[in-house]
Amino acid sequence: MRSSAGIYRTVLAPVLLGLVALALWQLLVVAFDIKAFIVPGPIAIGTEFGANLSTVLQGALVTGGNALVGLVIGGVTGILFAIIAALVRVIDELSAAVVAAIAVVPIVALAPVLYTMFGAAAETGRQLVAAIAVFIPVYINTLRGLRQVRPVHRDLMRVYAASAWQTTRTVTVPGALPFIFTGLRIASSLAVISALIAEYFGGPIGGLGKSITSAASGSNYSLAWAYVLGAIIVGLVFYCVTLAIEKIATRHYSPNT
Amino acid sequence: MSDASDITTAPATAPVVPDAAVQVSGVDKIFTGKKKATVTALESIDLTVAPGEFVSLIGPSGCGKSTLLRLIADLDTPSTGTVTVFGKTARQARIDQEYGIAFQQAGLLPWRTVTGNIELPLELHGVGGAARKARVSELLALVGLSDFAESYPDQLSGGMQQRVAIARALAESPRLLLMDEPFGALDEMTRERMQTELVRITGETGAAVVFVTHSIPEAVYLSNRVVVMSPRPGRIRDVLTVSLGTAQERTEELRENEAFFENVSKVRELLHGEAPVGIRGVETR
Ligand SMILES: Nc1ncnc2c1ncn2[C@@H]1O[C@H](COP(=O)(O)OP(=O)(O)OP(=O)(O)O)[C@@H](O)[C@H]1O
Ligand SMILES: [Mg+2]
Repeated sequence: MRSSAGIYRTVLAPVLLGLVALALWQLLVVAFDIKAFIVPGPIAIGTEFGANLSTVLQGALVTGGNALVGLVIGGVTGILFAIIAALVRVIDELSAAVVAAIAVVPIVALAPVLYTMFGAAAETGRQLVAAIAVFIPVYINTLRGLRQVRPVHRDLMRVYAASAWQTTRTVTVPGALPFIFTGLRIASSLAVISALIAEYFGGPIGGLGKSITSAASGSNYSLAWAYVLGAIIVGLVFYCVTLAIEKIATRHYSPNT
Repeated sequence: MSDASDITTAPATAPVVPDAAVQVSGVDKIFTGKKKATVTALESIDLTVAPGEFVSLIGPSGCGKSTLLRLIADLDTPSTGTVTVFGKTARQARIDQEYGIAFQQAGLLPWRTVTGNIELPLELHGVGGAARKARVSELLALVGLSDFAESYPDQLSGGMQQRVAIARALAESPRLLLMDEPFGALDEMTRERMQTELVRITGETGAAVVFVTHSIPEAVYLSNRVVVMSPRPGRIRDVLTVSLGTAQERTEELRENEAFFENVSKVRELLHGEAPVGIRGVETR
């Protein structure tokens, strides 16, 4: 459907801009002889990235795996809780304060506590940190979406004498889908960030977060940045996949029907 | 010994008509808005619709036509007075699925295909897959959308969406159809075709219809009776009985018929108040 001009604008233009920025960055590093511990040049980072591709990939799988588990658990519970809260008013009122409280807690700060709970050798703590971080935006956005039922659809369900559950299933949840996906899109990046940062607080080695800290403490700055690059790619993949699913799932949504 | 068989179909104004499709008696509807401000949308409405009868509601914008339809559909409750549908309370009639309804907006579910939208009431009421499929293809043929069974609403024009909504209203072959300006979004040609179709469908199914419209010719062409309403507070100003024959006799030629024009100008006179309009049958919109 998209014209070639559209593809140029959405894909090619940002890529070109990125390349120009990288070239400028390299130029500055060389021209001003910037030290590697401040920031290495893109060529040095790229070389380390290529040389350590398999370890970066392994780290990405560990961190990405934790983020994915967190995203699924947090996403599913967020959506389910929002549906329950939308159906049962009391739960909505009770949970409002709790959710507001969780929302302001820096969730990664829980990581050390969770490591002692589940053992320092398990990934569980990190996955839970990601899940909690994901839960909040998914819950809040889903609940908002569930309250946006169009009056004509509400009337229709009343006309059909549909039960509360039938209404939820056929109208409320499908209608909230764009909101649910907004939540998931925000959450996908949060999941990766949380899983990564949680690694800084301990737990088993192997993930990108641990690799960044150990490379940096070993003064191997270019390698540390290569892992950072790996983490950025994982984050981008999460975001783009969620966005793609959203575009497919909501492709027929238009307000004028 | 008063035998029940003595009771014949009562005239429209009788207080209790046991077998009326719709009976509205002494209904007022007052909306209370913010800061206790009230709007009297309807005032002392009495209306009886016989089974199989086609009744149009016509009146200026904001006179309460949609409100009256919503009261019959039990989507709202009257402030005073009663509404019964086939002798039941409006609420019971809704629960028993005694009517089909098409709103002013199509109100389709955008995430469902045309088929999915039409079969929605059947699905909710536990009709099996095979029976649903058969009924949907019947209805698709009826509204001329057989080629669009798997399309989504956003791929249809406004008029096509409205036809899907009409098919959905007809899905359970209701004895009563409530329609709120269903053809408002259609072009003149499609509109006349849909009117002819509606006359045919209601002729075949024997369903009673309460039909809201802004178009005088449409009301005259379709109806057995045209109910003319006055601006706020909404009241029934007059009821015109149109005798243009049975459904079979209402062909396209009827639109050029003398009697048709006479009725059109009568409704216009009623709508605009007493002053009769000079030349009859010139303006047909
Ligand atoms: N839910 C509501 N709350 C308050 N006032 C309302 C409500 N619904 C309708 N009204 C008022 O009642 C009056 C009648 O509205 P209604 O929608 O029935 O008019 P209508 O005859 O269908 O108009 P139109 O031809 O423009 O569709 C209007 O003045 C409107 O402002
Ligand atoms: Mg209206």
